[in-house]
Amino acid sequence: MLVVAGLLLPTAYLLIRAFETSEAALQTFMRPRTWVIIGNTTGLALAVTTVSGLIAVPIAWLTVRSDLPWRRFWAVVTPLPLVIPSYVGAYLYISALGPRGALQQLLEGPFGITRLPSIYGFTGALFALTLMCYPYMLLSVRAALMRMDPSLEEASRSLGHNATTTFWRVVLPALRPALGAGGLLVALYTLRDFGAVAIMRFDTFTRVIYLQYSSFDRSQAAFFALLLIGLTLVLVAFEAQTRGVARYDQASGAVARPPTIIALGRWRWPAFAFCTLIVSLSLVLPLTILFYWLVRGLLAGEQMGNLGSAVWNSLLASGGGAFVTVLAALPLAVLVVRRPGRLTALLERMAYSAFALPGIAVALALVFFGISYARGLYQTFAMLLFAYAILFLPQAFGALRTSLLQIHPSLEESARSLGYRPPQVFLRVTAPLMRPGLIAGASLVFLTAMKELPATLLLAPLGFRSLATEIWSAVSEAFFARAAAPALLIVLLSSVPMALLSMRERRGMS
Amino acid sequence: MPSLLKRRFMLTLFAMVALLLTACTQTATPPAPPAEIVRETVVVEVQVTAEPQVVETVITQPATPGSLVVYSGRSEALVGPLINQFAAASGVDVQIRYGSTSEMAATLLEEGSNSPADIFFAQDPGGLGAVAKAGLFAPLPAELVSQVPTRFRSPEDLWIGISGRARVVTYNTDAINPEELPADIFDFTDPVWSGRIGWAPTNGSLHAMITAMRQVWGDEKTREWLEGIQANNPVVYDRNTTIVTGVAAGEVDIGFTNHYYLYRFLAEQGEGFKARNHFLTGSGPGSLIMVAGAGRLASSPNEANALRFIEFMLSPVAQQYFASQTAEYPVVEGVVGPPGLPPLEELESAALDIDMADLDDLQGTIQLMQDVGVLP
Repeated sequence: MLVVAGLLLPTAYLLIRAFETSEAALQTFMRPRTWVIIGNTTGLALAVTTVSGLIAVPIAWLTVRSDLPWRRFWAVVTPLPLVIPSYVGAYLYISALGPRGALQQLLEGPFGITRLPSIYGFTGALFALTLMCYPYMLLSVRAALMRMDPSLEEASRSLGHNATTTFWRVVLPALRPALGAGGLLVALYTLRDFGAVAIMRFDTFTRVIYLQYSSFDRSQAAFFALLLIGLTLVLVAFEAQTRGVARYDQASGAVARPPTIIALGRWRWPAFAFCTLIVSLSLVLPLTILFYWLVRGLLAGEQMGNLGSAVWNSLLASGGGAFVTVLAALPLAVLVVRRPGRLTALLERMAYSAFALPGIAVALALVFFGISYARGLYQTFAMLLFAYAILFLPQAFGALRTSLLQIHPSLEESARSLGYRPPQVFLRVTAPLMRPGLIAGASLVFLTAMKELPATLLLAPLGFRSLATEIWSAVSEAFFARAAAPALLIVLLSSVPMALLSMRERRGMS
Repeated sequence: MPSLLKRRFMLTLFAMVALLLTACTQTATPPAPPAEIVRETVVVEVQVTAEPQVVETVITQPATPGSLVVYSGRSEALVGPLINQFAAASGVDVQIRYGSTSEMAATLLEEGSNSPADIFFAQDPGGLGAVAKAGLFAPLPAELVSQVPTRFRSPEDLWIGISGRARVVTYNTDAINPEELPADIFDFTDPVWSGRIGWAPTNGSLHAMITAMRQVWGDEKTREWLEGIQANNPVVYDRNTTIVTGVAAGEVDIGFTNHYYLYRFLAEQGEGFKARNHFLTGSGPGSLIMVAGAGRLASSPNEANALRFIEFMLSPVAQQYFASQTAEYPVVEGVVGPPGLPPLEELESAALDIDMADLDDLQGTIQLMQDVGVLP
């Protein structure tokens, strides 16, 4: 309940502000252009989600279930694009692939190409956002695949289906909750993203909201942000609809058996090429340009600041944020999965309501409530973690719900009948079985908290510097070399916990 | 120096500043302080191509310097070193929250009179105006505001300009001969510029310029300008830095931007960087000077330090810092301007002395831009 109350703070705040709004907001709202933008935004969200799925499902399956070469390596690096802040990522893409970017410069010599086709607009936004968002789906699908009982597939195979049919008829349908949860995160992230769409020059609804904030009209901004919440609730309902009433659990504690590894045969190297392509575009390309910026700046005699405290703060806040968020999401997920009903369905929707909001709206909501009702906590580290929990709860919630859906309640019931008390049941039975979901949820929160900006800027203790604030401060004034060092560090540092988690995942399975 | 400061220890800042160039900063570590008098020397070293000029500011350090909280809409990369100099020299424990000007203004508006902040240091007059309108600023003492020309400060003395940036046309050196560029920004509505212009309609500085156009030209002519530019199919960028990148890469021939970003690019990428600035010396709002400035919050718990901070920002050392390190225009008279740029007076007379306080009708500007279809 406390968790839900926290989640409702942004909406409550927006309602308070929106009531102050004037006629002008209604006029803007009635313009046909506004509706075109809402259409654009929804279209982009759906497209990004679809393409992310087409990237995430094969990679998830390949890294969990196949004999793909360098499987462990891919498992660690493929989620990393999530840590690249979208405004930096999109900027890197236009520097590389813009009409007269780095690629064109390379091609001009040998081929005489003086201008590449424009990547701006829908294509560019789709390209950049997909490459930055597919890890949302990847992580949740991977967790579901790991928890999936191989006996289902064996049954399908024994009934005469081949591997391909089994995948389409058994595996994919069983992944539906994971696809839904991950897809929802991708769609909502697209709704709320500002940096990438701004650089790619594609008008989405968030740009309208930011425009209001930049002209210091909080009321109009709040009015439009509420519309965004409305759009979010529609998407959440849509996802719930597709998930339907099907059940995805199984009676055995499937962790006892690792999933069977399927030999790819002649597909082994094409699959390897696919992973290489995705990682090249989503990680190697941005990192190469960052490295180039760094070297160019150092050669030009740029001074680099000391990043020690920023590194420490980033790790502490993101790690703490991941822990607190998973902890807060857990009771909500248990409630929604184990006690389905109208009330819990409502709770579930509430959990997502704030997720599509631009970070600035959520941060201001916490400023508003924090300064009036939690003066002692205002702008402390605890407040920052609280903000992260509100911002990122849906990410952890989706992953936890997916893994809970795969655990049959009878397992818990039998433990209870053996004399365990509910907390013991949770610790001894449920939690171990949920491990992939817990890990996926924590990683998602960790990676996104590493790049979080508005809440960190407004709510962290005074003088708090993180890698994300360092990057932002430098990029906004065109100090590219100074931005490159923290940006490279953010990726490097994030890969360490990802590697550790991936090792734990294995241990959990074997 | 005004007498409102308690004199206990004397502290001297020296800045040696060359007349002609941008430079790199090096801070000398202070010698061990004697028991009674703290004496610290900060030297700004520059590559000297002309006779160096010595700038000196005396700062007093009270026995208990206390603390100060600054909300800065200006980036740490630009003002961080200067604020650190103030902290080191005055002994004040300065704590800073950095963010964008609009985020910081919105935060202050939400916090109201409970705000922990003493100073709001903003990138543009719009942000200062929004906070002033909400009644959150306390009037500044006359001896401070009198140092800055009237048009660079709030009419009620609620905030004060600290440094200035000029609107310019940045052009690609391969595509454009600067002598052929018009002197009046209105002339870019000519169809010869079709497909060649880059701008950032969501950017705050552009909004300020268009607000100035409405002041000088009136809404009708401003609408005509917006429609004319829109008819030339301008390439839309998200902010000033991407405009400069786009101009240098040849995506567009010219871009409407602020003058000082270019010098960052030249510092990192060398003189081969293919963009330069054209100052619109003809007439009208095209060469608007916008100030970044600061105000003291009425709820400020550290009034004395807040005033010392503003006083320092107007001191010769700080004003010279802006001119030589960030290529901004000083607002206090008698300080040498940024090297290689047209003098402020020249641009000002061209811009018809636009009063910064008149630039706060941003809603009207946004509305006009939406009507024309420039903004979503």
